[in-house]
Amino acid sequence: MKTLREKEKLIFEISKKGKSGIDIKFTVEEKDFEGDYSRKGEIGLPQVSEVEVVRHFTRLSKMNYGVDDGFYPLGSCTMKHNPKMNEKIASMEGFLHSHPMFSYNLVQGSLKAMKVLQDYLCEITGMDFCSLQPAAGAHGELTGMMMIRKYHEKKGDPRKYVLIPDSAHGTNPATSTFAGYSVIEIKSDKNGCVDVEALKEMINEEVAALMITNPNTLGVFEKNIKEIAGILHSKGALLYMDGANMNALMGVVKPGEMGVDVMHLNIHKTFSTPHGGGGPGSGPVCFKSHLAPYQPVPVVEGDDEKGYTMNWNLPDSIGKVHGFYGNFLVTLKALAYIMALGGNGLKQTTFDAVLNANYIREKLKDTYNLPFESETLHEVVFNDKNQEEYGVTTLDIAKRLIDYGIHPPTIYFPLIVRGAIMIEPTESESREEIDYFIEIMKKIDKEAKENPEILKQAPHYTPVRRLDETLAARKPVLRWKGENND
Amino acid sequence: MSRFLPLSDEEREQMLKEIGREDLFSPIPKDLRLKEDLKIRSHSEKEVLYFFNNLASMNKNLTSFAGAGVYHHFIPSAVDYLSTREEFLTAYTPYQPEISQGTLQTIFEYQTMMCNILGMEVSNASMYDGATSLAESILMAKRIVKKKNTVAISKGVHPHYLKVVKTYLKNLGINIVEVGLKDYVTDIDQLKKRLSENSDIFAFAVGYPNFYGSVEDLKEIVPVVKEYDKKAIVITSTTEPLSFGIIAPPGDFGVEIACGEAQSFGNYPGFGGPLLGFLATTEKFVRQMPGRVAGQTVDLDGKTGYVLTLSAREQHIKRERATSNICSNQGWCMLRATIYLSLLGENGYKKLAKLNYSLSEYAKEKIGKTKHFKVVNTKPTFNEFTVQTDVDFLSFRAMCEENGVFPGVHLAKFGLDKDKFILTCTEVITPEDIDKLVNLMESAK
Repeated sequence: MKTLREKEKLIFEISKKGKSGIDIKFTVEEKDFEGDYSRKGEIGLPQVSEVEVVRHFTRLSKMNYGVDDGFYPLGSCTMKHNPKMNEKIASMEGFLHSHPMFSYNLVQGSLKAMKVLQDYLCEITGMDFCSLQPAAGAHGELTGMMMIRKYHEKKGDPRKYVLIPDSAHGTNPATSTFAGYSVIEIKSDKNGCVDVEALKEMINEEVAALMITNPNTLGVFEKNIKEIAGILHSKGALLYMDGANMNALMGVVKPGEMGVDVMHLNIHKTFSTPHGGGGPGSGPVCFKSHLAPYQPVPVVEGDDEKGYTMNWNLPDSIGKVHGFYGNFLVTLKALAYIMALGGNGLKQTTFDAVLNANYIREKLKDTYNLPFESETLHEVVFNDKNQEEYGVTTLDIAKRLIDYGIHPPTIYFPLIVRGAIMIEPTESESREEIDYFIEIMKKIDKEAKENPEILKQAPHYTPVRRLDETLAARKPVLRWKGENND
Repeated sequence: MSRFLPLSDEEREQMLKEIGREDLFSPIPKDLRLKEDLKIRSHSEKEVLYFFNNLASMNKNLTSFAGAGVYHHFIPSAVDYLSTREEFLTAYTPYQPEISQGTLQTIFEYQTMMCNILGMEVSNASMYDGATSLAESILMAKRIVKKKNTVAISKGVHPHYLKVVKTYLKNLGINIVEVGLKDYVTDIDQLKKRLSENSDIFAFAVGYPNFYGSVEDLKEIVPVVKEYDKKAIVITSTTEPLSFGIIAPPGDFGVEIACGEAQSFGNYPGFGGPLLGFLATTEKFVRQMPGRVAGQTVDLDGKTGYVLTLSAREQHIKRERATSNICSNQGWCMLRATIYLSLLGENGYKKLAKLNYSLSEYAKEKIGKTKHFKVVNTKPTFNEFTVQTDVDFLSFRAMCEENGVFPGVHLAKFGLDKDKFILTCTEVITPEDIDKLVNLMESAK
């Protein structure tokens, strides 16, 4: 990731009049767009050749760190290996040029891929139906919560509140608001789990649902989940499960058998599709049959014999949540991944992910403080309590990891842990890589005692050093305005 | 089965022994654990590729005049080549700026390009697609004009976008008033009437160019809305931003939120996704904007660098009070757009827009001379327009498909008119393709 250049100028700064990186041949008589709405003057796009574009973006890429570069233990993000066949499949011409408004007879391959993936996701989650329309995890949450609202509405009252544990991802409360609900936070018990007694006190017929993450963001399995579902169902409320941590459960349990009514999956976490520097993800929503009438339209239907089609006629549907059918090319990659591993491979994947996390936990628990003692699955949360006395914080530890060629873990989340260091190794790491990480974490602890300044100044070898985020927010510079862009 | 798993059985055993765990899943109650294996067979890579090759060949890609929200454009090889560099493709959201300058600088360049194209001051780093970006734009306008609760929407916005907007707004108690069309553009008299009847309107959303391909009269529309209430916001929703290579951008007319779909910029149709939603606004409203945004700053040594900024608006900080619940966006599609626009540049972008327009005008002229088909748009259009026919469209389309041509998108697919379709001409179409389509029209009965 080291680039040989000190700095890469903005593409606008290397622009020179009259150059272009594309040759366009006119095949038809040129016509000018005339009248009131014709565009006048410079637009302000750069003018560079193909060579300069290639060099510019190649150099920029070298300032990034991807999962192909090495260990990426971001907790809750499941940064696993992205199989290379996935990319080959998602760039097959037959899929790339398939237009969403083509006649169904022209897109049978696309429709079949969607149907097969939906069926596999139902098998993995134990749910009855699945919609691939949501474009990301948070979008899946919103779709699921809107389906819950519609379900209650059909029973006469949408209800008012959604219960959310204090350890939840920020998307959960934001989603509930966007679905028209007020949020009530549930405190975690001493094990970091949903406090069942507190839930019993809070539940009433104004509560629409509880959003649970299982295993939760501490990596702890919510073992009372069936009881929790029972408490909710007894008052007519539903259980939503955030499937962000599904990598801990594949082939071991099925949410559909634990009382979950609706959940989403993060295809770009559990099912190996690349994050792309922030998306596109895909957030399929899987649900039980009592929520099926409310799913987004269209619904893919059919089989090899009858052929595949889309059903738009679902009178109680929440409507559409995406302009077309979701991030189709991303879902192809997930299907390829599931087919490659099969049921047993998925189970082994989960086993290895949990093994790696527990191995790290065991090897580092004497060095870093474990704020919660409960047994954990696919991730482990430490904090900086042991290093505090040397004036070293979680941020310093994270930044020092970069100097050793390791991407930092998720930090300062979950919010219920002060100075959290949230480590999710995934199944993609060899023992050698895991041992290297453990060795470096111990070394950093030693440095914290002996030379804390080296941590506070970290990282040392990156294209830029620590950046002034306060300045960026106080005086936002959000685009290049020309040579005098200060 | 194990090609993605780097632990050997021996290592697994050793590791288990070292941590003293017999049952790794002891935190999960026994009665919840599955008794049976998942019923999914494993496949070698060769088998997987064979399966997908078959699926891909079940799709038929014809000479396509389809558009209506997703466009076939030529994509230069450098876009595919550069965007699949692992450093871009396999990186996470750039939360660690020191090792993410590649992504962050790209976002900053993208924001600049989109602002310049749209004539706006601020752009975010992407939304899921054009439909959700319109829904989020309306919610943003609502946050700006706090006291009012109704949005007026032209029937010329993409019908799927309107569906998504309805889904999003339904639960939030925001009312929608639809404004009808006249000659396939917003009926300004009806807009005036709707505004005069209702004092509760905080924004007006209009397609530009609209779903039917027509360039809406923003010069009239914006003042009408501002005279009604100077705080009310005009939102434009665009499905084909290549049009701004020759058509004046929304920013020229006082539009305060310009949103839409930028799949056209270097992203494939891909059966409708992943797409690239864009959302741009004015500096004044930046703190009400949803989604991520990158900003310029300096590091400890005073060197220029980029970070994600203004995160106090976002869900991971603000939780239930965030401007949106969006987290993962369409980062990689944005990267592709930035590379694509860099290759096109000022001249290529303008020239390509002109080529699309010229081909479309050629098609309009030819279709105008046929017996059973006519172009219904009376206002200027860019690269797509609406055609009416008195022959049965489905039989006509079937005949075209037999001849390797997809003639355009039937409005009935959107629950609209059965006798009309939207015909799109991008640079992937040649004049010979148009002649062939026109011949098919001539032979239609």
